Amino acid sequence: MTSKMPLLQITASRRIAKDVYETVLTGDTGAITRPGQFVQIRIPGFYLRRPISVCDVAGDKLIIIYKILGKGTAALAKLPVGESVELLSGLGNGFMVDDVYEKPLIVGGGVGTPPLFGLAKKIIEKGFTPDVVLGFASKDDVFYEEEFRTLGLDVYVTTNDGSYGTQGFVTDKMKDLDYDYVFTCGPMPMLKAVHGVSTDGQFSFEERMGCGFGACMCCTCESKYGPKRICKDGPILFREEIVW
Amino acid sequence: MVNTKVTLSGLMMDNPIIPASGTFGFGREFAEYYDINILGSICTKGTTESARFGNPTPRVAECTAGMINSVGLQNPGIDEVISFELPQLAKIYSKPVIANISGFSVEEFVTCCQKIDSAPNVGIIEVNISCPNVRHGGMAFGTSAESAAEVTKAVKAVTTKPIYMKLSPNVTSIKEIAAACESAGADGISLINTLLGMRIDIGRRKPIIANKMGGFSGKAIFPIALRMVYEAAQTVNIPVIGMGGIETAEDVIEMMMAGATAVQVGAANLVNPYACKNIIEDLPEVMERLKIKNINDIIGIVK
Repeated sequence: MTSKMPLLQITASRRIAKDVYETVLTGDTGAITRPGQFVQIRIPGFYLRRPISVCDVAGDKLIIIYKILGKGTAALAKLPVGESVELLSGLGNGFMVDDVYEKPLIVGGGVGTPPLFGLAKKIIEKGFTPDVVLGFASKDDVFYEEEFRTLGLDVYVTTNDGSYGTQGFVTDKMKDLDYDYVFTCGPMPMLKAVHGVSTDGQFSFEERMGCGFGACMCCTCESKYGPKRICKDGPILFREEIVW
Repeated sequence: MVNTKVTLSGLMMDNPIIPASGTFGFGREFAEYYDINILGSICTKGTTESARFGNPTPRVAECTAGMINSVGLQNPGIDEVISFELPQLAKIYSKPVIANISGFSVEEFVTCCQKIDSAPNVGIIEVNISCPNVRHGGMAFGTSAESAAEVTKAVKAVTTKPIYMKLSPNVTSIKEIAAACESAGADGISLINTLLGMRIDIGRRKPIIANKMGGFSGKAIFPIALRMVYEAAQTVNIPVIGMGGIETAEDVIEMMMAGATAVQVGAANLVNPYACKNIIEDLPEVMERLKIKNINDIIGIVK
């Protein structure tokens, strides 16, 4: 039986960009049903769990990618291979890929990129070939460009300082591309900019969370249809319901 | 077989474990993790007269062995709670619940309590007097004996169900407030609500919480909660529901020895959705180990 709070073992961990780590966790991944969902990881010594998006799931392997942004994620990066961590698994609504449009576009910004990888694989399974635009601050921050390319997708990288790929923001690159639907995840200013230049799509949000499963109301945002909990009613919102 | 059954003003409970208001919503999220019918009762999300969005985000900050929240009483309003939330809860939880009511004026408390009094699955009304009194300079009702008593009297006059006043710990003398509520007719008291706290993001040089301050809860506050429950229970002759930082069956026993007839589990639910289930399952074993046959025998045993 699938556990909603399984123990998974760290079976691999590597640094893939500046302060960014890719960790493979092995164990019961059954609670994860959609790309774009997240897990809440209990890190020894910290009261609150850390919400980390799911990059990809393959059988009993769960890949997460996270950036060291504070003491909790720093401690997570230091956990050795072989150690087990307790997750609340399969949290959040995830991306809806049932009716993908003709020309989907994937837009990732910084550590918002990981959940879009698992999503890309699902969209490809549906018979579509999304273009991928990834935006980073600088060359040292870039990751997963090759992994997306390995899926057979066209990948465009932008950096704010121009040290790699095209200089500028993801929205500068989006002008050159033909798409009718966006799937995006990244920092708030980027989401807002993508919202401004797109007409339809799904946007993955981030907010400081308490529980991660809809009980505490700490991560509530406004939407066209009333308050939404980012952890439970999100993290994915449809473009048309977003209120800035 | 040990006895874990307790009674709060006529509300009979299979065990003294109640998830605390604001940490359990209206039960739905936890029903995805376990059958919540094992719970002694459920204290529902704090409800005000009108719907409230609550405070801006971030609403949460981590602390050593605890957390600060500033949700700001987000809730759908009393009418929606009565017409939708409570009937929904009745479908997944067959026992009476404790309905938590909040207000920013005496009139708001009265309206909410009057309306919720007839809800069939409400066994007790818990009145949260930690919010600011907007009519009187924003001082929280629960920080003065006079205003705590005023709210108690006003809601008692319009309800038939037992009224439990939920006390704020941010006071000089909890004994004085507890005594005032009892004299004004309260059927019981519950304590403690969260302690006012704050964290600063030293990199950004700004408070972590958008609203600057919030309510500190979690394991770290247990000794303070225990002391206040003890002081209150020494002062009043009405039942006391003890809460604040409870995480284990041992904590439950300790809180009851200090004078609590039942306990509420709050923040622990948020970091482990199975927290109440684990406590309920562990309790009989811990009682046997401590040679407690009937849990009622230890209530207030520490003098």
